[in-house]
Amino acid sequence: MVMIRHELKEGRITLLIWTAVIAFMLSLCILIYPEMEMQMGDVSSIFAKMGSFSAAFGMDRLNFGEFTGFFGVECGNILGLGGALFAALLGISISAKEGREHTAEFLLTHPVSRRDILSRKLIAVFLQILFLNLFAVIITAVSIRAIGESPEIRPILLLFLAYFILQIEVASVCFGISAFLTQGGAGIGIGMAALLYFLNLAANLTDHADFVKYITPFSYTESADIIAGQCLDVKYLSAGLVFTIIGIGVGFCRYCKMDVLS
Amino acid sequence: MDAIRTNSLTKYYGRARGITDMNLTVEQGDFFGFIGPNGAGKSTTIRILLGLIAPSSGSAQVLGMDISRQKETILSHVGYMPSEASFYRNMRVRDVIKFSADLRRKDCRAEAQTLCERLELDVNRKIHELSLGNRKKVSIVCALQHMPRLCILDEPTSGLDPLMQREFYAILEERSKNGATIFVSSHILSEVQRYCRHAAIIREGRLLALDSTKNLGHTDTKRVRLRGTGRISDRLSSLLNLKDLQIDGDSVSFLYSGSLKELLNTLAALPLSDASITEPDLEEIFMHYYG
Repeated sequence: MVMIRHELKEGRITLLIWTAVIAFMLSLCILIYPEMEMQMGDVSSIFAKMGSFSAAFGMDRLNFGEFTGFFGVECGNILGLGGALFAALLGISISAKEGREHTAEFLLTHPVSRRDILSRKLIAVFLQILFLNLFAVIITAVSIRAIGESPEIRPILLLFLAYFILQIEVASVCFGISAFLTQGGAGIGIGMAALLYFLNLAANLTDHADFVKYITPFSYTESADIIAGQCLDVKYLSAGLVFTIIGIGVGFCRYCKMDVLS
Repeated sequence: MDAIRTNSLTKYYGRARGITDMNLTVEQGDFFGFIGPNGAGKSTTIRILLGLIAPSSGSAQVLGMDISRQKETILSHVGYMPSEASFYRNMRVRDVIKFSADLRRKDCRAEAQTLCERLELDVNRKIHELSLGNRKKVSIVCALQHMPRLCILDEPTSGLDPLMQREFYAILEERSKNGATIFVSSHILSEVQRYCRHAAIIREGRLLALDSTKNLGHTDTKRVRLRGTGRISDRLSSLLNLKDLQIDGDSVSFLYSGSLKELLNTLAALPLSDASITEPDLEEIFMHYYG
């Protein structure tokens, strides 16, 4: 608990800022929906017929004029990409942060095993991701109520669940990378999250890149699939689980054995 | 049971030498000095003893336990002060000290308060506001507040003012009297000579000497200081085994490890106004070993 409390305290400002920004943007999107709906008219059918652009964002399968479809696309951009960036930054700095601030020597000369230290840091990261997503759910619920919409709850909750799992996977993979870094890593984390996002867009544009969907976690957060199928895609989720386990395993193996030089 | 015992301890960083075949023994309750030039392997040895790095070969026991197998138990009885004290920048001093105590699952408030008062450390300041010396003080408190059986201190007084240095060593001497083992790695040889009972000299990764500071300071080498009524340095050229010659006008000083009879015969022929032949201090012995 000491280590978890310490990590949460160290990261509280960053967590509050990211949570506030993502929640604000989600809320803003929802609050402007009534205005958009009025002006939508035939725009939604136009959005669905914009070829590759529509396919990339799933707008050829979603009705952008309906709340659930609108929310599916917008949520993907805000909570999906924003949440992934936040999770990547958290994961990549788990052990690199100690190297950057030269605090590893202080921390690791206490009678706590490296395995215990790392597992508590990882738990703290997951708790922060959970906090952000729970707050996003609450703000979304309040905002939906404020605009008087009553969409089907199941697909929206499934979307939030999918993005939560995505963030856990991104944080875990970045955690594995973090164990090889002595400092920094923010660029790598941000780059990786962005790359995974754009890999999914690319996979949506062509039939010849189906294998990419097993690599990027954005594949199982595809709002069109979730809203239409009312479930998460197990095959892509399973691949994501494998990457999660590998990321965590590599991180532990590396960190528990490496020399700490400063 | 020794406080520290290493057996053929070796560490290579790739191809670069860390330490080679080190057999170091520190008895329990000793006040021990660890001396060596930069890059000699002092920090490498300390890091292996603390489990921060793994040896390439050999073994190390601390307080009778193998560091590779019982690291957490060992660290619960060890207080470590690194040469460069780094903490979480935005934490306050009191929070860092409490965090350290909480990681040890010990209530160290009373001892921490005593140490902070003796070292004149303001516990309400943030780490990033502190000078180097004050960060060292935080490091001292974290290392000593839990009353460790073994204190490992790397360059402990660098950054501390002379008054604090004296207070710091007073604290260590109290701990030593109460049975704790003190292991100090230092460049300040006068401190090692003054406070340590035993010392080891390390150079290029190897242990050169391990003995009491009294014996280490006792060699055949003498420090000779002369003052002449005229220039005398030119007339010392016949002397062999002469090192560290320092000339200041009519005054001359050098280390001599040759025949005393030859020295006295040479000095007898010089126009001297003053002469002294003394034991060199540990710093001069150190220079002699790696100079």
